[in-house]
Amino acid sequence: MSTLDDKAKDVTGDTVTNSSSNSRVVSRSGFVILSFIVGLVASMTLGWIVFPKLLYSKKQQPFNFDHVLHVKEVSGKCVSCHFFYDDGSFSGIPENKQCLECHYYAVIGETKDEAVYVKDYLVKNREVPWSVYSKQPDCVFFSHAAHVKGSEKLDCAVCHGHISQSKVSRPYEYNRITGYSRDIWGKNIAGIKINTWDRMKMDDCAECHKKTNGHDSSVQTGRDACFVCHK
Amino acid sequence: MKIDRRAFLSFVAGGAAGSALSPLPWKLMDDLSIWSQNWPWVPVPEGGKSTSVETICSLCQGSCGITVNKVGDRAIKIEGLEGHPVSNGGICGLGLSGLQLLYGPTRIKAPMQRVGERGSGRWQEISWDKAFSIVADELDTIRRAGDAHKVACISGSDRGTIQLLIQRFLKSYGSTNFVKMPFGNDINGLSLKVICPELANPIVNFDLENSDFIISFGSGLVDGWLSPVRMLKANSMRITAGKTRLVQVEESLSNTAVKANQWVPINPGTEADLALGIASFMIEHDLYDKGSVMSAVGFNELKKILSDRYSLESVSETTGVDTDTISELSKSFARANNAVAICGRGKGEEPSSFRDYISTHLLNILAGNINKKGGIWLFKELDYINWPSVCLDDISKVSLGVGRIDEAGSFKYPHSEYLVNNLISNIGEIDNSLRALFITGSNPCHTLHDTTSTSKALKRVPLVVNFSSFMDETVFESDLILPNHTYLERLEDIPVVSGPGNFTIGLSRPVVPVQHNTEHLGEIVIRIAHMLGGSIAKSFPWSNYKNCLRDSLGSQWGSNKWVSVKNDKKPWIQGSLETINLDKIDFTDINVKLAATSLEGNYELFPLVLIPKDSLRLPSGYVASPPFLIKSVADTVIKGHDGFVDINPQTAEALGLNQDDYAFLSTIKGKVKVKVNISEGTRPGVVIIPRGLGHTAYDGHVSNKGINVNDLVGSVKDPVLGHDAVWGIRASLVKA
Repeated sequence: MSTLDDKAKDVTGDTVTNSSSNSRVVSRSGFVILSFIVGLVASMTLGWIVFPKLLYSKKQQPFNFDHVLHVKEVSGKCVSCHFFYDDGSFSGIPENKQCLECHYYAVIGETKDEAVYVKDYLVKNREVPWSVYSKQPDCVFFSHAAHVKGSEKLDCAVCHGHISQSKVSRPYEYNRITGYSRDIWGKNIAGIKINTWDRMKMDDCAECHKKTNGHDSSVQTGRDACFVCHK
Repeated sequence: MKIDRRAFLSFVAGGAAGSALSPLPWKLMDDLSIWSQNWPWVPVPEGGKSTSVETICSLCQGSCGITVNKVGDRAIKIEGLEGHPVSNGGICGLGLSGLQLLYGPTRIKAPMQRVGERGSGRWQEISWDKAFSIVADELDTIRRAGDAHKVACISGSDRGTIQLLIQRFLKSYGSTNFVKMPFGNDINGLSLKVICPELANPIVNFDLENSDFIISFGSGLVDGWLSPVRMLKANSMRITAGKTRLVQVEESLSNTAVKANQWVPINPGTEADLALGIASFMIEHDLYDKGSVMSAVGFNELKKILSDRYSLESVSETTGVDTDTISELSKSFARANNAVAICGRGKGEEPSSFRDYISTHLLNILAGNINKKGGIWLFKELDYINWPSVCLDDISKVSLGVGRIDEAGSFKYPHSEYLVNNLISNIGEIDNSLRALFITGSNPCHTLHDTTSTSKALKRVPLVVNFSSFMDETVFESDLILPNHTYLERLEDIPVVSGPGNFTIGLSRPVVPVQHNTEHLGEIVIRIAHMLGGSIAKSFPWSNYKNCLRDSLGSQWGSNKWVSVKNDKKPWIQGSLETINLDKIDFTDINVKLAATSLEGNYELFPLVLIPKDSLRLPSGYVASPPFLIKSVADTVIKGHDGFVDINPQTAEALGLNQDDYAFLSTIKGKVKVKVNISEGTRPGVVIIPRGLGHTAYDGHVSNKGINVNDLVGSVKDPVLGHDAVWGIRASLVKA
């Protein structure tokens, strides 16, 4: 009996020991999984939320520019101020001499911003140092005439979005590493775009170039050659 | 709970997975790859409106039309201008590189006064007001002392309103000493004047575009002769196309000789003998145009001299050209419909002797091609500026009676206009023979032969005022720098004979805003004249240069719009020139005038002949090579700081020299260390050295590269016209 009892005790004792050990294994593996999840969440938080904040710096424009107000005042929409010269080159951001056609060294409206412009820039004959959201890198040759007046006749909004409907100049964000405007990569840090104007990287240009026929300057690829944009 | 190894690894794995699922690594990789290409020293062009301005290049005598492309206010590229009468869209390497002169580091950025010894390069920046007052005060003092005739100006040109303003200033001040730097084409006209004394100073133009046979005595048609772009075009349109036969007579194989239909190698310095030999053959065989010399005085005397001294055999012996070649050349030249003979070595910048020019033009006269299609044309001097007479007071009237320091136009040298070599030698003899010297558009301390003597002569002048835009060698010998705008910043008329019967007045317009604290030379002259007051100020009725130019040319242009930078007018106007006939030729005493000059140096000590060689890649005038051009030169011309000389393999063998060996090149004027390039195109016994190198001023791109041949060559006066007619010197070459 005693032997059996002893065995029974031993068995009981073993069971107790195994149960305690199993619960330790479960909790340890749970901790390992938790660690994985913590690592995953932390790095994803870093990558998706902290990293973009660190990567981009922002600065305000010299003063606010109300596109809505200006579009109302001119008859020719965008091209009233952003026009083509006689030789086909694009004027880009207007210079004082274009603004002078309406402002003529005097405040003609009621906004504070106009007063700033006239006082600090126009009268002093200083050009406004606008930061250009859509400025492409120096290695890119871009002809507005080819895109706007060429066969595709793209609307300004295809690349620039509905900027004509903006009442305020949003802060200019630029990449601390490259110095490029944030609009080149796009607001979405993952590079996901919904609209054509959300990103302006080379792939976005290429996407449209591939779709259009007649661009086959590269014998090797049958598509546009590098030098079409990189002169 | 304690974080064990497994939990830590799991955390890391989670972190890695999370990172991979976040944009961080991919975006970072993209940004870093962009960053790695954006180095701060990579030049980034400024943004701005793309425009272009049509203007005139005045970097050499060619005066081509150019289009300067700009982005915003920055000039970014110079191109040829289609339709321009001289260049018609063409451009040379120097013209293309002009922006490096405009934006380069050798620009003088403000007026400066010397504070150290001459040559030490120590300067103090001063205001324009102070600079003007220093010059005006000194000129006033000199004039009051009765030394107005002891003021002179050395200039790179004598045409156009700016140059005429300087001449007008000197005249009203009381000085006749306006001296232009030598230019070969001037001697073409002067040499004809010697045998035709009634001829007014003619402008000589060569109608190579319509010639069918050109015999060139050393003229580098594709090496930058006279008007480089025009000549290159003539070469490609006529010679390369097989419409014209070009015979190049030259001791060594130049680029032009390579391009020619026939290269006639000749003993150095005997080109005139060959020309006279051909003339002798033409007369002897009745192959000349009798109408051209029918009324010539002394033609029989000339015939006799030619027949006695320039027979086929004797010329063959002198020149080393065989008799068959001479007779064939003579027949071909005489029988060609539109044959022309030209001379002036290389670029034709450095004048040869009167003998060279007159023997060449004797061929043109005998061929009957004066003022004929494909020949040479003689025109009256351009006369498009009509200003009121200069006001002279008593001081200037007296001073103008004193002769010129350079003796040009004197009894001794009656035919010459300017003799800068005489000016240098005369002022070098005694102190204060000149009290003030102005220098513009020229760099005599580098481009005149015997640079040491030139620098020494300038040291004897108490006040040297330089208007150079660049820190050149002569600036270092100056006391005061009043920097002129460069040609891309200033308004200026540039007249040029652009072809048979036509002249073109080019308008150089400001292409970019003035880059530094410089001033327009025309404004400087007018301002100083106004400061001196009296009759001098009265001679300058214009408030500024722009008004002066408008008064001079505005009516011819048709409107005032031409002075604007807008391209609503082409930057030139054209007009016709009046032809001058070559009447009353007088060959009297031609025997004396045909006396040859000899090379400096003793044959025993200096058995070789050193000859400079011109290249389109190496500017050898006022402007030094911009970096673009200096980089285009072969490494058998300069390598690092070393300059090469070309010698024939036979010469090399005799001297024990191999390719790239260092050697000492000596003449009576100096000794330099050079590297040796062995070239079969170089004549045995001849050492060829490139011109335009060996600058000691300017920046690291140009200075201390190669040898300045003018350090080794002395000045040899032409016995008839008095100019420096040296073309080479005796030399020795010894292995270093």
